[in-house]
Amino acid sequence: MSTAATTLTDTLIQRSRGRLAMIYLKEAKYEFLKNLRLRAYAVSTILFPVMFYVLFGLVMANQGIGPIRSATYLIATYGTFAVMGASLFGTGAGLASDRGLGWLQVKQASPMPPFAYFAAKIATSLIFSTVTVLILLLLGVLFGGVRIPIAQAAMLVATLLAGSLPFCAMGLAIGYFAGPNSAPATINLIYLPLSFCSGLWVPYMFLPSFIRQIALALPPYHLSQLALSIVGAGRHESPWIHWEVLLGFTLVCLGVARIGFQRDEGKLYG
Amino acid sequence: MITAPELTLQRRPAGAGEIVASLDRVSKNYGAVQALRAVNFTVHTGELVALLGPNGAGKTTAVKLLLGLIPPQAGRVRVFGGDPASPQNRGRTGAMLQVGRVPETLRVREHIDLFSSYYAHPLPLEETLAAAGLEKLRDRKFGDLSGGQKQRALFALAICGDPDLLFLDEPTVGLDVEARRAVWEGIRHLVAQGKTVLLTTHYLQEADALADRVVVMNRGEIIAEGTPAEIKAQTSGKRIRCHTRLDRVALRQLAGVTDVKQDREAVEIHAAEAEPVVRDLLARDPELSGLEISSAGLEEAFLALTQENSNSASRN
Repeated sequence: MSTAATTLTDTLIQRSRGRLAMIYLKEAKYEFLKNLRLRAYAVSTILFPVMFYVLFGLVMANQGIGPIRSATYLIATYGTFAVMGASLFGTGAGLASDRGLGWLQVKQASPMPPFAYFAAKIATSLIFSTVTVLILLLLGVLFGGVRIPIAQAAMLVATLLAGSLPFCAMGLAIGYFAGPNSAPATINLIYLPLSFCSGLWVPYMFLPSFIRQIALALPPYHLSQLALSIVGAGRHESPWIHWEVLLGFTLVCLGVARIGFQRDEGKLYG
Repeated sequence: MITAPELTLQRRPAGAGEIVASLDRVSKNYGAVQALRAVNFTVHTGELVALLGPNGAGKTTAVKLLLGLIPPQAGRVRVFGGDPASPQNRGRTGAMLQVGRVPETLRVREHIDLFSSYYAHPLPLEETLAAAGLEKLRDRKFGDLSGGQKQRALFALAICGDPDLLFLDEPTVGLDVEARRAVWEGIRHLVAQGKTVLLTTHYLQEADALADRVVVMNRGEIIAEGTPAEIKAQTSGKRIRCHTRLDRVALRQLAGVTDVKQDREAVEIHAAEAEPVVRDLLARDPELSGLEISSAGLEEAFLALTQENSNSASRN
């Protein structure tokens, strides 16, 4: 191949890569704007965890839970609660509505790269997760007497964000099976009991013993333990078991989502 | 309903260009329901083809197959000579589908900006807005649009990538006269630019006013195909209206009469040719009055075709 042709091909490839990056960026930007303007989403993902934290974490900030202050302990557990909500609603509710009411087909008929759609939903969930966890940290530091080093806080945010991905996968699985209008209710029906039984509202050691047994099998419990171990209140289990459970859970959810995706392929719309 | 002659297009010879999209003996089932039965059909460059038929005829299924959204059970679907779902083909295609809910919190221009980014050479935003008549609504959130404005916004998303081939599935369903006129204007504009358009409709006037070629579908089969004039010619052609003292039984026995209907105080007689029947009528009833003769519209042609089809189907 001549040099001119090589340069031309390179330019074309670069241009198409640039265009692809632009599509992903715009898809994420508008997904974020869409959810930001949806009061139901913004309220349930940011306001609820923050409100719970203010009521339980700040009002009783000076009591101790295990080795640390409750204000610090509850940042980890309500942080888990927050990223779980942002992920489940961000991926699941939107997907169920887009799927059930024909919008997803319009997108599929367009030249949109299919993965951009999912990437945008996950990116938006991550942004909402980050914002909510930062608000919790800020409130804790300002009003709850929480003192943690910057590096530790950064580690906490990073862990919660990585640990939110399994719940994005769970959102996909729910989104492929729930009806367009019933999806938010379905998500709440799973999200709220799961949070309680995993010790996200009431700390693990205060749960009745049979629920403590159940908690060990629940993914949010394992994420909360990872978060707690960063602030020095983990139950001293190896972190690897928690990551393994979360990874396994992610694979199961993706498998379920795939079944739903294939089921949709042969289905009649409209 | 609009029947205004100003909306009639200059017809071009059907099937002149090369084949852009085709179904080749395509069948599609949804469980026990046969949506398409061994359908053959082609769209040529620069043509506007209307798929006409009642609900459940298989029109939307044909469009979804051509968009590569669903696979056929049998037969072959080709667009631009290849797989309709390939990224290259999607980049040359625009689609307007029937949607239950579009994300309501995004503005019209934001929706268009996003869809434009999917295409290599999209139209400038202003041009898309103008073609869909949305200049004044650019900052309106989708959820705040009226039904007709929503249809126009979806139309804008179909054309914003400046595609060569457009699929419009029931583009004017549920619209009032004014909104329908606006969408028709947009479609005429596309055809004038040399785009190839396949639209589905159950509005007969729409097919008559816009299409170069009409493909009539019923129960998953193509039952007639041709220019609007040819479709009309395929069925008994004339409608005779008059006041007469002859009763319906006597009228029905006249040579050449295919159907007789009472329409308030007048009768409506359908016949292949008007002249012999009128001669006969005047001979038998010298006091006959209020005589009107007209061509059967596409409506009658369409009803006759679909009824014929249903009758033969139930006999089988």
